[in-house]
Amino acid sequence: METESKLMQGNEACVMGALHAGMRFFAGYPITPSTEIAELSSLLLPKHGGKFIQMEDEIASMAAAIGASIAGVKSMTATSGPGFSLKQENLGYAAMAEIPCVIVNVQRCGPSTGLPTSPAQGDIMQARWGTHGDHPMIVLTPSSVSETFSLTVHAFNLAEQFMTPVILLMDEVVGHMREKVNMTKLQSMPPYNRRRFDGNPDEYYAYRPDQSLTPALMPFGEGYRYHITGLYHDETGFPTNSTENARNQLTRLHQKIEDQDVLCLYEEVNVDEEVDLLILSYGSTYRSARKAARLARKEGKNIGEFRVISLWPSPEEAILKAAKRAKAILVVEMNEGQYVQEIERIVKNEAPIHFLGNGAGELIDPEDVYQKIEEVLTCQANS
Amino acid sequence: MSSELITKYFREERLPHIWCPGCGHGIATRAVMEAVDRLGWEKDDVCIVSGIGCSSRAPGYLDFNTLHTTHGRALAFATGIKLAKPHLHVIVLTGDGDTSAIGGNHLIHAARRNIDITTVVYNNYIYGMTGGQYSPTTPFHDKGTTAPYGNIDQPFDICSLAQAAGATYVARSTVFHAKQLSQFVEKALQKKGFSLVEAISSCPTYYGRKNKKGSAVDMMNFLKFRAVPSSRFAALSEKEKLEHVETGEFINRTAPEYTESYQKIIDLVQERKESK
Amino acid sequence: MANKNVHLRINPSWCKGCGICVAFCPKGVLSIVEEKVSITDEELCIRCGLCEQRCPDYAIYLEED
Repeated sequence: METESKLMQGNEACVMGALHAGMRFFAGYPITPSTEIAELSSLLLPKHGGKFIQMEDEIASMAAAIGASIAGVKSMTATSGPGFSLKQENLGYAAMAEIPCVIVNVQRCGPSTGLPTSPAQGDIMQARWGTHGDHPMIVLTPSSVSETFSLTVHAFNLAEQFMTPVILLMDEVVGHMREKVNMTKLQSMPPYNRRRFDGNPDEYYAYRPDQSLTPALMPFGEGYRYHITGLYHDETGFPTNSTENARNQLTRLHQKIEDQDVLCLYEEVNVDEEVDLLILSYGSTYRSARKAARLARKEGKNIGEFRVISLWPSPEEAILKAAKRAKAILVVEMNEGQYVQEIERIVKNEAPIHFLGNGAGELIDPEDVYQKIEEVLTCQANS
Repeated sequence: MSSELITKYFREERLPHIWCPGCGHGIATRAVMEAVDRLGWEKDDVCIVSGIGCSSRAPGYLDFNTLHTTHGRALAFATGIKLAKPHLHVIVLTGDGDTSAIGGNHLIHAARRNIDITTVVYNNYIYGMTGGQYSPTTPFHDKGTTAPYGNIDQPFDICSLAQAAGATYVARSTVFHAKQLSQFVEKALQKKGFSLVEAISSCPTYYGRKNKKGSAVDMMNFLKFRAVPSSRFAALSEKEKLEHVETGEFINRTAPEYTESYQKIIDLVQERKESK
Repeated sequence: MANKNVHLRINPSWCKGCGICVAFCPKGVLSIVEEKVSITDEELCIRCGLCEQRCPDYAIYLEED
């Protein structure tokens, strides 16, 4: 079979992946460096019979995306830094009301307006904890253009499967770089459609979960009239003040995405045996980490790599397993120290943890990582 | 035990509702249902969306596809639903604070797009759910728990706002004039485009008490005697205007509707694709 | 002449006793007794339905036999 390859930008790959996954609705607001996602969606969606709308603000675009999904249409919104902050309340609504949708955040340098055209990975904790209250969140982060396509498809599939918003956490580098992608391979990924209830409307309880703990919310307008709210609600969907009900609902929201293999995504290199140093990174920063690690290995240094793909829930077991084989760990990320906190929580005293980061809008070069590797190894040798 | 209308359109098991004795919101909600009933719409084809506040509890009592969203954002959610599934009749039930303060931006832009959504604003001049703070429609010098010395904000005229922003049907009535209110809502529902009906409601518990407006009956009497049709309102002095409520239909015009315009784009690009 | 097949019904469990129906009944058919609406004299009722339209609580309505 002939393989179709294309040269593509990261933001473009996001739209192509979304369309492949079945996205037929996009609501957005212009913001650098994610705007190409909105632009391309506006061009391509009508060709697929889908709809694009540029809303009046970021809050509204999050709301409209949720609304479209409630009507049964796979939907997405895309933004960057400040826009991601604005979307948080409605993101929490989608988590609470269990409405699937995909939120893309092409991270840029913050805080506030920061450096709008400069890269960062500064929204790692916000993606996890940005909206108020205790809530689960699925967050995926791609390292390449090709992976942006595949993870966008995966994000849609997970959203539909787990009935929850899914965040695709890109960064400016991945969003704007161009790479060759193998379309034939990517387009073989099967889209997943949300579960349906096929019984009588009288027997329908919108929020009655199945064994996987997820409800089957029927699209509005198909004969199953029910109520959706951001208040704690029982299986009918109607609000209740019962603290017992709130406990059960909150527990279920968490449990439905806990310990799921399909949510546990990572990549390991050279970790089968004990390593002197395990470099842990993700997103575009991993590319620098990888280059430095390869160089170091060529020079005979015993370096392992761990790339996190599903930031949240974190691939906890795999990280711990890899950490146990490492004499030291180096976390590299484009911020002032965010995911390293999660690594510290997981690894505890299994291995000393070192950190290399930069949240001020500058890429971390392979040379920076290489230098840090040498520094850590020297430090290890001396201790 | 309830009337045919209530049995047909309300979720009776959810009643009685949470609204205070004498609150006008129940009257307004019934008026909306009367209008839906006259149009004979299938309940499955109707979607009712609200934000947060006293008014926004209404959809929970109604037997349709109902969505209780976040504060101020009902119209933005509704826009997503309507654009995704244009065959649905989308109604937004909202309050003065929900739609003209936190949701003000969504109101003017939904009106500007002329998307086929009917918004009914239950205006009781106060934030009731949080206990009586002044809202963007609280009259000048009136009191709220956050305006203990009198409100110095100038109030919004929600109908003028919607009309100026591009709504194609705008009307105002009161919960005392429930029949007229229902007729306006019916016309709004039939309008292919963005329509808004302001239902002047009454809040005896907070707005009434704070401003010494008397009982629920006194507040209904206020609406009875102070509501003036547009034709007569114009002749009032500026001072009298402040003391009265202008009622009637302010605009009823035709303009391209958003979801229809979008469908034309889809048809056009798909035609091009096929002819290639 | 009012339609005698149409009757005034009350659902006391929903009535919150606001008195709006009583105040605006054109024929003085209603009263509040122990914080609930009560029919004083149905004979006077002209079945105009204003009480039903203006009851915030759906506690009073007209029903055909």
